[in-house]
Amino acid sequence: MQKAGGLVAPLLTVVLAFLISGIVILLTTGNVLDTLKTYRAIFRGSGLSWFFDVGSHSIGVPFSSAHVWFPWNTDDVASLAASNLEQTLILWVPLVLTGLAVAFAFRCGLFNIGGQGQYLAGSIAAVLIATELPRVLDLPGILLIVVTVVGAMLAGALLAGIAGFLKGTVGAHEVITTIMLNWIVIWVGSYFFGLGGPFQTKAFASVPSSEDVPDKAKLHVFWGDPALQGLHIGIFIAIPALVLYWLILNRTTLGYEVRAVGHNPDAARYGGISVGRNYFLAMAIAGTFAGLAGAIDVLGWEFRLDITLIQSSQIGFIGIAVALLGRNTAVGVGLAALLFAALDTGTSTRNLDPTIFNPELATSLSVIIQGLIILFVGADLIVLLVLRRLRRRRPRTVAA
Amino acid sequence: MNRLPRGWRAAGWFGVVLGALAVLLTLPPIEVRTPVVPVVIGLFALTVGIGSLIRGERRVGGFAVAAGIGGLVLGYLATRSSVGHLEATVVWGALLAAMLRYATPLMYASLGALFSERSGVVNIGLEGMMLMGAFFSVWGADVTGTWTLGLVIGMASGALMGLVHAFFSITLRADQIVGGTAINFIGLGITSYLFVKLYGAQGTPRDLSNVPDLSFGFLGHIPLVGGFLDDVFGHLNVMIWAVIALVFVVWVVVFKTSLGLRLRSVGEHPRAADTVGINVYGVRYAAVILSGMLAAIGGAFISLAFVNSFTPNMIAGRGFIALAALIFGNWRPFGLAAACLLFGFSSALAVNLQAYSTSVSTLFTALPYVLTLVAVAGVIGRSIPPAADGKPYVKQ
Repeated sequence: MQKAGGLVAPLLTVVLAFLISGIVILLTTGNVLDTLKTYRAIFRGSGLSWFFDVGSHSIGVPFSSAHVWFPWNTDDVASLAASNLEQTLILWVPLVLTGLAVAFAFRCGLFNIGGQGQYLAGSIAAVLIATELPRVLDLPGILLIVVTVVGAMLAGALLAGIAGFLKGTVGAHEVITTIMLNWIVIWVGSYFFGLGGPFQTKAFASVPSSEDVPDKAKLHVFWGDPALQGLHIGIFIAIPALVLYWLILNRTTLGYEVRAVGHNPDAARYGGISVGRNYFLAMAIAGTFAGLAGAIDVLGWEFRLDITLIQSSQIGFIGIAVALLGRNTAVGVGLAALLFAALDTGTSTRNLDPTIFNPELATSLSVIIQGLIILFVGADLIVLLVLRRLRRRRPRTVAA
Repeated sequence: MNRLPRGWRAAGWFGVVLGALAVLLTLPPIEVRTPVVPVVIGLFALTVGIGSLIRGERRVGGFAVAAGIGGLVLGYLATRSSVGHLEATVVWGALLAAMLRYATPLMYASLGALFSERSGVVNIGLEGMMLMGAFFSVWGADVTGTWTLGLVIGMASGALMGLVHAFFSITLRADQIVGGTAINFIGLGITSYLFVKLYGAQGTPRDLSNVPDLSFGFLGHIPLVGGFLDDVFGHLNVMIWAVIALVFVVWVVVFKTSLGLRLRSVGEHPRAADTVGINVYGVRYAAVILSGMLAAIGGAFISLAFVNSFTPNMIAGRGFIALAALIFGNWRPFGLAAACLLFGFSSALAVNLQAYSTSVSTLFTALPYVLTLVAVAGVIGRSIPPAADGKPYVKQ
């Protein structure tokens, strides 16, 4: 998976995907100007424009007349750009984590398609712990959050661990097992919270949803209005997670073994590394990342699960695109997650200006763009071929 | 496995039959009401299954053990529930007809994937290909006014997706799992986009030209079993009959013709196939494109013959069940057909189980995935893919 091309191939891939989807917009709107306007509207909807409005948003320095430009300008609650950026960053966190879940398994030579199931397992565990535990044990808020998050991480690790264990012991292909586990989790979750299910809310018999997470277990919102889904403190987990990912892989024995198995399982086995054990551990760690993402989403902004959410969520699948585009590196995953979070938020019905482009179309368009990026990244050969042909042509012109 | 005494294999199948019998006796029309009967027969099936299992018949023995446990549990539950509920849930004629209806789209997609994977290209893009077929056949039927042309256009869209998958996985040698994942995204994106763009809030037209059902009136006049046969086979869709025929055709083509031999040799040992002059890339391209076409017909069955409309993401995971059926059926036409029928039956039963409880019916939907997981885990025999499945081939 770690092929040549560095930063150029992923960038070209993104440009190519946006060009092709630009043709789709062009066919829809009919002229080039509207196509560019649509992309600008998506960009504004993502809130990333906030960063380019330097000087418009500032914080006054105490005891002076100076103003400092600062990303988390707490005075800037009302601005549309700020509210959009909050949405993008809320989505960025789970995408980083599910991206890491896929990337970590990749580094061990495993294709973890189960990020979605592991994310949902974490979400389901988080809802169950946060709603059921207070019935038997009255914990203070912070402790309840910790227990919930740890429980969700274990749930994700356990689910992914099954796939890793089966790969390590009987050689069952992880792609097949993780796909099956995805759907098992989706339907078990639908059973839990669906009509007549064991954990369906008691308040409304006709609503297929879980109970609400108690207020004390909700993550604190530090930017924006909590009632309008402001940015919660879960964002402070994303960057340490990226650092941790890099540390585990590059600075621990475990990471060394995982990478060795990923490069060549036979050579690793010959070198005395237990391949099966590393398959299990790599998947379990991957599942831990995805389970954490589920807990953060539940405690940060979802607060409950319903069966529509369980069946239509795509976070774990987008994680595959994040890992592929980010080339399984920490920095790459962080950046790729930001791109996909911005794309998803910018094309959402809530954020995209409907006078410029129909948001319902744009939502599907972002799915097409994600698909194209996965397709082109998978074949970075395309880009390399073009580069090689260019290189080959250059000496010829020199010789002539 | 041929070294082993045939007796234990036969015993294994006997166990499977016993397990089925344990449930059947408790259901209409016989309706044994004492739990002793299913428990005793189920335990007997279990014993036979374990015996067959230790004698080395892992696959059949495993099936017998599963059938024994399943028969015991389900049979016991059936004796505990009221006769009224039972008769509402288990209406054999309707249930078997529904089973065929649910199994049909899975069979088309799964047979298609058989070609692709037998040629050595993993196709997890079935879901996206089925979605393409579902949308474009409806669009085609709407524009042209006839379902036949609708099907042709649907097939063409599937072939196009197959071509994309083939180009990226064969010519560019990209990772086939990545390519399949991309196909799923793109299929979902394109169909949802066009649906909103072309049909919007009104949805697809109600007066769509649909694939007709075939009526066999004479079945009802057969004495004794006539009513039952009429319920099951009397009013099935043309496409259901077509897929049943297709299973036999595929078996003949893949295992009894030189074309099939080429296909399988490319999937097992491409280098050897290349050496004897088989065009590896050509065979793989054809297989993957055919796979896309068949998956698209499966999708078209759902939209054009089953629910008579298109809604975004309407395939809802059936592409993955079709993939599961291929693996569960050990990459063989009759094996995958049996798996599709099993999964179809569980879907049909899940719908009827709503009479008992919606939640249990939901849980039942997970059954195909659990069974496949158990199958690949090697508890029930082992599912072994073609040797070169998923490996790109570099021509030298």
